[in-house]
Amino acid sequence: MSEPSALAIEGLSFSYGNHNALDDINFNIQAGECTLLLGPNGAGKSTLFSLITHLYDTRQGHIQLCGFDIKQQSRLALAKLGVVFQQTTLDMDLTVDQNLRYHTALHGMSRKLATERIQQELERLNMFDRRFEKVRQLNGGHKRRVEIARALLHKPSLLLLDEPTVGLDVPSRQNIVDYVHRLAAEEKIAVLWASHLMDEIHANDHLIVLHKGKIKANGTVDEVLKQTGVTTINEAFSRLTQGQAA
Amino acid sequence: MSFLHYWRAMSGIVGRELWRFVTQRERFISALVRPLVWLFVFAAGFRAALGLAISPPYETYILYEVYITPGLCGMIQLFNGMQSSLSMVYDREMGSMRTLLVCPLQRWFLLLSKLLAGTAVSVLQVYVFLAIASLYDIHVPLKGYWMVLPALLLSGLMLGALGLLLSSFIKQLENFAGVMNFVIFPMFFMSTALYPLWKIKESSALLYNLAQYNPFSQAVELTRFALYGQFNLHACLYTLGSFIVCMTIAIIGYNPSKGMMMKKKGGESSNS
Repeated sequence: MSEPSALAIEGLSFSYGNHNALDDINFNIQAGECTLLLGPNGAGKSTLFSLITHLYDTRQGHIQLCGFDIKQQSRLALAKLGVVFQQTTLDMDLTVDQNLRYHTALHGMSRKLATERIQQELERLNMFDRRFEKVRQLNGGHKRRVEIARALLHKPSLLLLDEPTVGLDVPSRQNIVDYVHRLAAEEKIAVLWASHLMDEIHANDHLIVLHKGKIKANGTVDEVLKQTGVTTINEAFSRLTQGQAA
Repeated sequence: MSFLHYWRAMSGIVGRELWRFVTQRERFISALVRPLVWLFVFAAGFRAALGLAISPPYETYILYEVYITPGLCGMIQLFNGMQSSLSMVYDREMGSMRTLLVCPLQRWFLLLSKLLAGTAVSVLQVYVFLAIASLYDIHVPLKGYWMVLPALLLSGLMLGALGLLLSSFIKQLENFAGVMNFVIFPMFFMSTALYPLWKIKESSALLYNLAQYNPFSQAVELTRFALYGQFNLHACLYTLGSFIVCMTIAIIGYNPSKGMMMKKKGGESSNS
């Protein structure tokens, strides 16, 4: 029997009153695949993330994480999920270590396992030496690294990133982009990355272009370029969204 | 999900809240200043104006400062409950609430853990207040200090649940001022915290009824009796019932399919 997709979305629609935020969304993400979700403001990216993280309930359609339905088996599904939100969600008055330990407690890890995982994830991001510093003292790029480390502590199968590089300088941004792509390739973690920055896309990434709640393109970089008949992702995006900025 | 998972998660949530409270010195001090001003200034001024007859649990004439002390314990817990609710609204606006809500535990359990964390902080505040009050010659029987603990836990849970309930309905942080005006102050002033029921009845039958059915009054009476080593069954059941009602509505409010979260799109994201 084949492994279930890390994320499988089928016939998903969602509306706020009369406003249709998402309309018949269908896509899958497999283990080790890095998928960039592109769309202008108001495309439905945040609504989609709220549904995947079960902040909102799915009313129409299905979302499955590693074969677990987010509505029917939400706890099993959420255990497979690691999330980095758009805004920093670390506690500024606590140290890096305290923030991470809080997360391990929420995931029911023992103290010993938590210590091991914290060391492992922070070392990979070159942040281990700074574990006893208060988060407030870190710069934006380092805070982001801590948030990525936190999202990976419980070994999720799917990593969700909601515009994680917003407001960061170019080197910090590049560092995070490269790290997440390496994670997908080496650790076989499925990644769904909402972004509006075209330089964050790698050649072998999978792309989903969302516009006004509908999927306008879904495929590899080459497939999307072929579909739109242009040579750059910027042009393809512009064509698919009728010229709207990402 | 094992029992150990729940235990670790709850310990993590409560421990974090207690740590934050003891390390934030300004918050610790400001939480105590309010009731102490009421005790040292307001109660001292009112002592001459207000005559109190002997009524249970008191067995003799008491000073107004003594009467007001359980009410001020309730005040600490009322403000703490509302502050927890304020921080929930803030966390939701800032997005950090999401970290909690995406962990693989039932939402009611997460809310209950948050509530317990807030209650633990408020109980700590009350004990520090009672210690300072004892230096001001406001003594209760020794056994009252430990008998009041379950009463404080229950009233803290009830007032915290009320805060949770409000936070599930408050859309934005700016709306919180309304809560101060429409919930905290009416609840506090229309209660037995500052004056006994019979005294209120003398001035207004309507106010008397409002104070009698105000859950905050019952929480204060539960604390008052416990401080003097007595158990007030009516106040206990009323407070427990109020806790269950508030908590149930709060859980519904935070339920992704039934609650208010859907309607808070504006506070959650800017680029839907």
